[in-house]
Amino acid sequence: MPKIIVEIMPKQDLLDPQGKAVANALHRSGHDEIAAVRIGKRIELHFDREVTDKDIENAKDQAANFLSNDVIEDVVAVTVEN
Amino acid sequence: MRIGVISYPGSLDDRDAQRAVKLAGGTPVPLWHADDDLKKVDAVVLPGGFSYGDYLRCGAIAAKAPATKEVIKLAEQGLPVLGICNGFQVLVESHLLPGGLIRNEKQHFVCRDQRLRVENNSTAWTNLFEKDEEITIPLKNGEGGYIAHEETLKMLEAENRVVFRYLDVNPNGSMNDIAGLTNSRGNVVGLMPHPEHAVEPGFGPDTEIATRSGIDGLKFFQSALKALVNN
Repeated sequence: MPKIIVEIMPKQDLLDPQGKAVANALHRSGHDEIAAVRIGKRIELHFDREVTDKDIENAKDQAANFLSNDVIEDVVAVTVEN
Repeated sequence: MRIGVISYPGSLDDRDAQRAVKLAGGTPVPLWHADDDLKKVDAVVLPGGFSYGDYLRCGAIAAKAPATKEVIKLAEQGLPVLGICNGFQVLVESHLLPGGLIRNEKQHFVCRDQRLRVENNSTAWTNLFEKDEEITIPLKNGEGGYIAHEETLKMLEAENRVVFRYLDVNPNGSMNDIAGLTNSRGNVVGLMPHPEHAVEPGFGPDTEIATRSGIDGLKFFQSALKALVNN
């Protein structure tokens, strides 16, 4: 199925409590080589047809204005899988 | 005076907000998220809870609801709007107030009677308080950490738009101890703590006089009624 994939991460300078908790758990199980963990979101927009340039443009717009909040998050990638 | 309370799927404190309006002397009007008819109310409360299951981000989907879109439009024309807890999150996601709310600093849900300082008593929802009056109302949130860009924080402080500041403890890691904000016009107010849970003796926070006797939240709703009469 053709899709547009939007990837969102919490801003670098913000504390990411989920990532921190997972990093602590990894360290407890002996994986001290992992310095830090950050957790973001992957959102898939599915299409019943080929993805067009207009779809990508719309997806970028929605990614910036609705799917993410630029006070706390960054859109790190908008990619297409046709 | 008719004060509307919007119910979203997942709202929890809509009934309490309606009751607070009634106890303050107003007429509560239940409003439905999917309906863009605000029934000509004189003010609106966005209640606490977990609208749309907090999916995507707290308040993000509610910000796109038909009723909220109408609130945004009328708020820009001066309609008094109070966002409590999840309602505050809806206000920031709607861009009626700046900044954002993130998971509490220590990651735990916090529930406590919270002391606050009312630093701006010229808003539609705080005009009956003294300047710098100290009040106690319940606080209960998991994602109440207020954050904003440095320039935004400077602007909020310079324009006296921090309406409530946490006293004693900062329960969620909010920047500048911010508990609540207003817009530049003073008609839109959002805060994390819950005034609607401190409006009736026997059900509010403990005070020095008696347990559960705190009713500091009542003045929020009485202030709105006063603001409407004066308009």
